[in-house]
Amino acid sequence: MAELNTDGGGGKDKKVRSKKSNSKVDLTAMVDLAFLLITFFMLTTSLSKPQSMDLGMPEKDDDAPEILVADARTLTILIGEKNTLKTYMGQFADPLEKPSETTYGKDGIRKIILAKVKSVPITMGDPKKGLIVIIKATKKSTWKNLIDVLDEMAISKVPTYAIVDIIKAEDDLVKVAQ
Amino acid sequence: MANVKTRKNASSIDMTAMCDVAFLLLTFFILTATAKQPEPLPVDTPSSTVQTKLPETDLAMITIGKKGTVFLGIKGQDIRKKTLEIMSAKTGVIFSAEEINKFALLEDFGVKMAELRGLLRLKNADRNVEGLQKGIPHDSINNELKEWIKAGRNANAELHQKQLNFAIKADAKEEYPDVKNVMDILQKEGVNKFFLVTGLRSKEF
Repeated sequence: MAELNTDGGGGKDKKVRSKKSNSKVDLTAMVDLAFLLITFFMLTTSLSKPQSMDLGMPEKDDDAPEILVADARTLTILIGEKNTLKTYMGQFADPLEKPSETTYGKDGIRKIILAKVKSVPITMGDPKKGLIVIIKATKKSTWKNLIDVLDEMAISKVPTYAIVDIIKAEDDLVKVAQ
Repeated sequence: MANVKTRKNASSIDMTAMCDVAFLLLTFFILTATAKQPEPLPVDTPSSTVQTKLPETDLAMITIGKKGTVFLGIKGQDIRKKTLEIMSAKTGVIFSAEEINKFALLEDFGVKMAELRGLLRLKNADRNVEGLQKGIPHDSINNELKEWIKAGRNANAELHQKQLNFAIKADAKEEYPDVKNVMDILQKEGVNKFFLVTGLRSKEF
């Protein structure tokens, strides 16, 4: 690569000329340096801003009247410890569908939610009455679990969802499963 | 007659163009770079598919990590100064002008009000030593986080005439009640909308 001046030692009969300055400068080292710096800046820059997820919570008002919704519209997701999940439809005391275990990801919870998103407006006979998902997290669940479930809401485009405090009976149910 | 010769490969490649490109990129990266601030409380956020960008101004970032340790970072130096002034008036801890200026440069912090002056006296590098900042107290006995939230909102409303947004950045392994505590405090203050800071992932998981 390097360009060397190789015309030294010419014949004796040649005249001594003033040496021409080499018009080509070797840029290899410079390019090396430039790429090194590029790499450095690329790695130290936080190129993308952090992503975020919007979460709107209902106003805390103890006097607010309870909103009654049809059992057939509510799907409750219980987030247990060690990445366990349970879902049931309707009320806990008298569920329309018994609590059943499921998993995170596209083969577990997402299938259930997508099916419900489709079926609920049909059973209710009104396209405006969509699915309502109630998310209840136990004390042992992690932040990642909650974000995963909230993410499923966004993926499946659930019209209404809320994070609600867990009641004791549900907490026990999740624990018994362990 | 000229013989047809097989051409020899040139032994040197012209680097000029490559050099130009390299420096162009270099310039671009230098100009767009915002150096990563070292975080006193590094957290590993969970990822989601939702892509809402965080606002760059009027934002307070609450970082939760390591068993409920809470750090607060408010964007904007003017807001930070004002917030500290409000807090100083409320708690009676007096700060010198120099300390207020230092606080304005502090991206986020996690100490008690009483220890804040000590923290400001330290050098930048010493502040991020692990375990030095133990988090802002937010239990029922001493709820300084609530005061900070109040002060931050007042400062932002006064200087920017806008609502202060709150972002929650919690570690993926953090237990839910720790985050819930903070959310409850925010809700008591009338903040019902949060930005949850997450990483990015595809839908196939």
